[in-house]
Amino acid sequence: MAETSWLHEIPQMDRGDLLTIRKTLDGLYRDFSRAYGETIESFFTPLLRFLVWFEDLLISSPWWAVLAVIAGLIFAATRSWKLTVGAVAAFMLIGYFGMWEHTMQTMAIILVATLMAICIGIPVGIAMARSDRVQTIATPILDVMQTMPAFVYLIPVVMLLGIGKVPGVIAVVVYAIPPVIRLTNLGIRLVDREVMEAATAYGASRWQRLVGVQLPLAMPTIMAGINQTIMMALAMVVIASMIGVKGLGQPVLKSITNQYFTLGLLNGLAIVALAIIFDRVSQAYAKRSQAHMGGPAHD
Amino acid sequence: MTEMTPDQPMPGASATPADPRGATDGPLVRVEGLYKVFGPDPRGVLDQVKAGRSKADILAETGHTVGLKDINLTIDKGRIYVVMGLSGSGKSTLIRHFNRLIDPTDGRILIDGTDVMALSPRELEQFRRHKMSMVFQRFGLMPHRKVLDNIGYGLQVQGVPRAERLAKARHWLEAVGLEGYEGMYPAQLSGGQQQRVGLARALCTDADILLMDEAFSALDPLIRSEMQDQLIALQEKLHKTIIFITHDLDEALRLGDRIAILKDGELVQEGAPVDILLRPATDYVKAFVKDVNRARALTVDTVMKPPSHRITAETIGEALEQMKGHKGDYGYYFNDDGYQGVVSQKALEEAARADANAPLNEAHWEDSPAVTTGDLIEQALPGTLDAEYPLAVLDENGELVGQLPREALAEVLTYAEEVAAEDPEKPTETAKV
Ligand SMILES: Nc1ncnc2c1ncn2[C@@H]1O[C@H](COP(=O)(O)OP(=O)(O)OP(=O)(O)O)[C@@H](O)[C@H]1O
Ligand SMILES: [Mg+2]
Repeated sequence: MAETSWLHEIPQMDRGDLLTIRKTLDGLYRDFSRAYGETIESFFTPLLRFLVWFEDLLISSPWWAVLAVIAGLIFAATRSWKLTVGAVAAFMLIGYFGMWEHTMQTMAIILVATLMAICIGIPVGIAMARSDRVQTIATPILDVMQTMPAFVYLIPVVMLLGIGKVPGVIAVVVYAIPPVIRLTNLGIRLVDREVMEAATAYGASRWQRLVGVQLPLAMPTIMAGINQTIMMALAMVVIASMIGVKGLGQPVLKSITNQYFTLGLLNGLAIVALAIIFDRVSQAYAKRSQAHMGGPAHD
Repeated sequence: MTEMTPDQPMPGASATPADPRGATDGPLVRVEGLYKVFGPDPRGVLDQVKAGRSKADILAETGHTVGLKDINLTIDKGRIYVVMGLSGSGKSTLIRHFNRLIDPTDGRILIDGTDVMALSPRELEQFRRHKMSMVFQRFGLMPHRKVLDNIGYGLQVQGVPRAERLAKARHWLEAVGLEGYEGMYPAQLSGGQQQRVGLARALCTDADILLMDEAFSALDPLIRSEMQDQLIALQEKLHKTIIFITHDLDEALRLGDRIAILKDGELVQEGAPVDILLRPATDYVKAFVKDVNRARALTVDTVMKPPSHRITAETIGEALEQMKGHKGDYGYYFNDDGYQGVVSQKALEEAARADANAPLNEAHWEDSPAVTTGDLIEQALPGTLDAEYPLAVLDENGELVGQLPREALAEVLTYAEEVAAEDPEKPTETAKV
């Protein structure tokens, strides 16, 4: 009987062994986080300070001042009255339904996470574009980062840093960073070979080629990556609220546990509004700044 | 293309003399035993290439492509050196070796005495900045930079201050006839205008050597011939050393002081345009040159024969005396006003019977047009056919340097058919020999 059981059931590891493996790994990681948790946490203190300061700034400033700055930025980036007015109307509605503070908290964390993703993602993307070896190594890692359920890597982050803003930001960055990296790599690799040859032929150094030719020409693609990163960061906000990130995600979480449909819907819609605003603004900006590269300029 | 400078010669009007500028300043570029093999292990295959196995065999057996095979050539300073060959013959591969966009598998490249393979990365950068500039087949302009910034790119890379860079860029912008376009982006220009930007960018760094990879191939015939004229006009002023790649023999003949012909990565012939045209070394080259309109490609000096007698006598008797020493029964009469016409022995003898001491005058010579060395055969053709005697060929100073018999013209002009008749199906099978 025992000899033929593998026909009916997939061969399985001994339960005891599995338990030992799990225990050992968990133990090792726990020891690691006990030993280094505080060091790592202190490493992130500047980030925490900045995040807290920025959140305070958004919340404690008068709403009309914040709104004016947002409207000004949107108009400067897009030169579109339609977009600007639409965005202001959306923020007014959000405020009217009592979600201003949560929205500001979410904006703060999205902006910080996006900035971090850009600061880390673009150099990594450049390294990938430079070397096929780096690309071969990085691609599967990025695949894992994008497909691994977000809840899973919340666990080690929480074990290491506890619950709070910093682990939240880290979780969001890990989840949202792949598009910037991928598209920076792609954009640089797609730069016309003859244009690069021209730069080389005129004696441009590696740095001159990167800054003067590759990055500017890859910019439309990189912008598309940043746009996707922002969208993914927004999607992560609800999940990150499970580990103590304040903002629009928390009421959604609360609505799930308490079956408050309307509350959930309203906060969900606020996230959608933010997503649409970020998306349209960044796309309009990208389009406007790259107008000359494709065909006749519009300005 | 209204912005062309007006004082340019009409397309087609400029001939390519065999040796337009006399003595040169000596060699500037020297390539010795250059081999290039593409593939995972070029060095491992090199021996087989050196042993003389064919490109096709090596590709089939090892998967390596032979790009260049034992190239040796010397390029003189101040000349236009044309590299020709069919698609895939290795032209681009060769030109990219000069500024080391490609590294050779074997061999040496000496530029102005410097072995470019010996340069460190920093030295190579400096070398590229100051020694050479390049014009690309598909322009290679930077789409995010305005025309003026594209032209000044080389100087910006060198770190030249902005004001100086822009001033120089503006100078070359105007020199190629693009004033008014400085603020535009490349995508807003036509192909011909973009190529001019490419040319201006190359000239802006004032490098000695100009590499041009099929620089005009992407242009339509009219703009192309305008650009050729512009290049010839510029070269007359600048005396750069230009390495020009093309797969068009007419272009090669028009621009080149020397022409090298590549086939499957090998140099099959190298020489002055006339040599290529009149003395093709292989059937491959013959097939190349057979469709050329020689009457339009060759100048008189390439086909003329040594001159018959030059008669300068005052009297009929002296003239007969001068004629006696040579064979032939005619001579070209020159007086203080230069060439006058042809005198025939028969006419002189007749006149001498009356009075041998009578002065030679218009009655004794026949009007016969003269041609100058730089004239195209096409231009000399009508006169040659009409005249009884071979036409006199004069140099720019009006001195007699040769004569142009009908047979000489017939010889060069019928040569093409001869080749075609000899073996009709080429180049594929015969060219391999
Ligand atoms: N990077 C490369 N890798 C492999 N093979 C190459 C590479 N570059 C060129 N070759 C091969 O070398 C040969 C010569 O190519 P090259 O580009 O020099 O031709 P070409 O004479 O410039 O042709 P065209 O007129 O089409 O531009 C071709 O057989 C080509 O396949
Ligand atoms: Mg080529």
